[in-house]
Amino acid sequence: MSPDILVPLLAAAVQSGTPILYATLGEIVTEKAGVLNLGVEGIMMMGALGGFLFSMYTGSPTMGFVAGGLFGALIAGIHGLVCLVFQGNQVVSGLALTILGSNLANYLGTPHVGHSAPGFGLLPVPYLSKIPILGRVFFMHDMLVYVSYFIPLLVWIFLRYTRWGLGLRAVGENPEAGSAAGLGVMAHRWAGVLAGGFLGGLGGAYLSLAYTHLWTNGLTAGRGWIAVALVIFAFWRPGRAVLGAYLFGGVMAFQLRLQATGTNLPSSLLLMLPYALTVVVLVLSSWKAKGGDAPAVLGVNFEPSE
Amino acid sequence: MLAIKITKKQEFSIWNSCFLFLAALAVSLGISAVLLMMHGKSPLEGVGLLFKGAFGSPWAMEESLVKAIPIFLCSLGVATTFRLQIWNIGAEGQFALGAVGATWLALLYPDLPAFLLLPLMFLISLAAGGVWGFIPAVLKIRLRANEIIVTLMLNYIGILFLEYLVYGPWKDPVSFGFPMTTQFSAGAIVGTIGDTKINWGIVLCLAFGLFVWIMLRYSRVGYELKASGENVKAARYAGLPYDRLVLSVMIFSGALAGCAGFLEVSANLNRLQPSIIVGYGYTAIVVAWLARLNPLFIGVASFLLAGLKVGVENIQLELQVPAAFGGIMEGLILLTVLAGGFFTQYDIAIGRKG
Repeated sequence: MSPDILVPLLAAAVQSGTPILYATLGEIVTEKAGVLNLGVEGIMMMGALGGFLFSMYTGSPTMGFVAGGLFGALIAGIHGLVCLVFQGNQVVSGLALTILGSNLANYLGTPHVGHSAPGFGLLPVPYLSKIPILGRVFFMHDMLVYVSYFIPLLVWIFLRYTRWGLGLRAVGENPEAGSAAGLGVMAHRWAGVLAGGFLGGLGGAYLSLAYTHLWTNGLTAGRGWIAVALVIFAFWRPGRAVLGAYLFGGVMAFQLRLQATGTNLPSSLLLMLPYALTVVVLVLSSWKAKGGDAPAVLGVNFEPSE
Repeated sequence: MLAIKITKKQEFSIWNSCFLFLAALAVSLGISAVLLMMHGKSPLEGVGLLFKGAFGSPWAMEESLVKAIPIFLCSLGVATTFRLQIWNIGAEGQFALGAVGATWLALLYPDLPAFLLLPLMFLISLAAGGVWGFIPAVLKIRLRANEIIVTLMLNYIGILFLEYLVYGPWKDPVSFGFPMTTQFSAGAIVGTIGDTKINWGIVLCLAFGLFVWIMLRYSRVGYELKASGENVKAARYAGLPYDRLVLSVMIFSGALAGCAGFLEVSANLNRLQPSIIVGYGYTAIVVAWLARLNPLFIGVASFLLAGLKVGVENIQLELQVPAAFGGIMEGLILLTVLAGGFFTQYDIAIGRKG
């Protein structure tokens, strides 16, 4: 492939991968605390809606972006309530959250279908965007893409070097021991759930504020589920999450470009690509690694003691 | 100071569960009523329309029963996998594949008589749905791939495949551009019972329901399912064929959803079109959980949630409320039942500390 095609494609891969990156990092934080949240799709939808509505009413995309995160955290809070307080099944609760979140966003968003809200535009980074190839691929985007460059690093530092991060991992590995050592198991799990929801909401808000600039129902189109699969591909490591997110961004961008250039392949078959790739990537990573850095008690509730 | 003491309950009572279900329904209705108010609609009128649309007339009851058939079949299947702690979220795609399989035969042999064509369509829908359940099962037991994600991705792929067919090779040349196949021949249509809209598929539901009930209660496989579902490690240690069980329940579950797809195209639409995909596969998950995976309760819960779908269509029509309203209620009911399960498992006593 010639650089004229490849470089814009790589740049598009970074852009399409960004919402998935936010959501994947969020799910890593949640799962590291030992909580499986399959509601990412619903969280992203509500984040997309919250971001859109706030940006539309306040006129500030930044406010919208933050609101998207808060909407995500709020929806994730329902999962926390059901699983951490009421000991409900985490798998089923996550599914219910996806059903609720997606439909609630579509319900509240229906009056606004096709409307646009102030969003984030192209903002080339001075000097850096002039670097050949790399400048075009990484530094000719909107503000939210640049913000996303820092999040994997922050998540990595948080999980590895901060007290809360270490505690969060501890309650994901062995909550009984953590509890015996005086760690608040529930507090740490709540932190994991809410922080994960916040990041997932940011990912959703990226879609409505920077990717499309307008509201359509069903905006996330399975990206939340791809994020859940990518956590496994990433072996629960933030660095590998970046790789996975851009890989999927690349496939989505490639598929869109093929459609735009008017290929003979029907669009329904092209649209299958990211989903088929998810299965392939999941199979390869599950088969190769025995769990990676998977938390030991993922999905198991910590029962209140007598 | 007040202290809350929580202890695990010793026994499980069915009345508790019924009460819990009603309470969950009330909470969900309450929240949904608030949503209606936010839309500037009268909540009382909405709830009234919901019940009237679902169960308020013989016509409404019939409509609910028609929708209960695919939900029941999908739910019976996924509930069997849930017993084994295997999470088949893929009924939606398995349903689509079953519909595609049945349609293929209907279009290929339009001249066959019904007594030959219908059994063939039935069998191929079982096979097509079964394959869509087999793939994630094999990936799970051989390569440890998470079945939740694989089944979900296969939903997207299956539905896109269906769309590809009806927008492309199978499109009716005289449909004015609408994505649909030609109407099935008379031999490819499952009839309705008497003057009602209810099709003979309901007999298949009874047969499959009875089969699952007997299997769970009296057969060796039923016992193995229960034992393995409770403790996978112990079951493996005791020499139970865990992998074979996973494979069987996933194929069975896929086949049932496939059969639902066959009935939907053959009896209700008489052709294949994308509008057959309305989320029965996801409703089935809600139903399975509400019914505590019990085949009899799945029948009851299928009817209730089918009624909810019909009732929501009524609200949609009368009050111009977005279609997503029904999904919100489903999600809320499931979440409240999950949270409420706490009260059937634990005793809570409030007393003074010290």
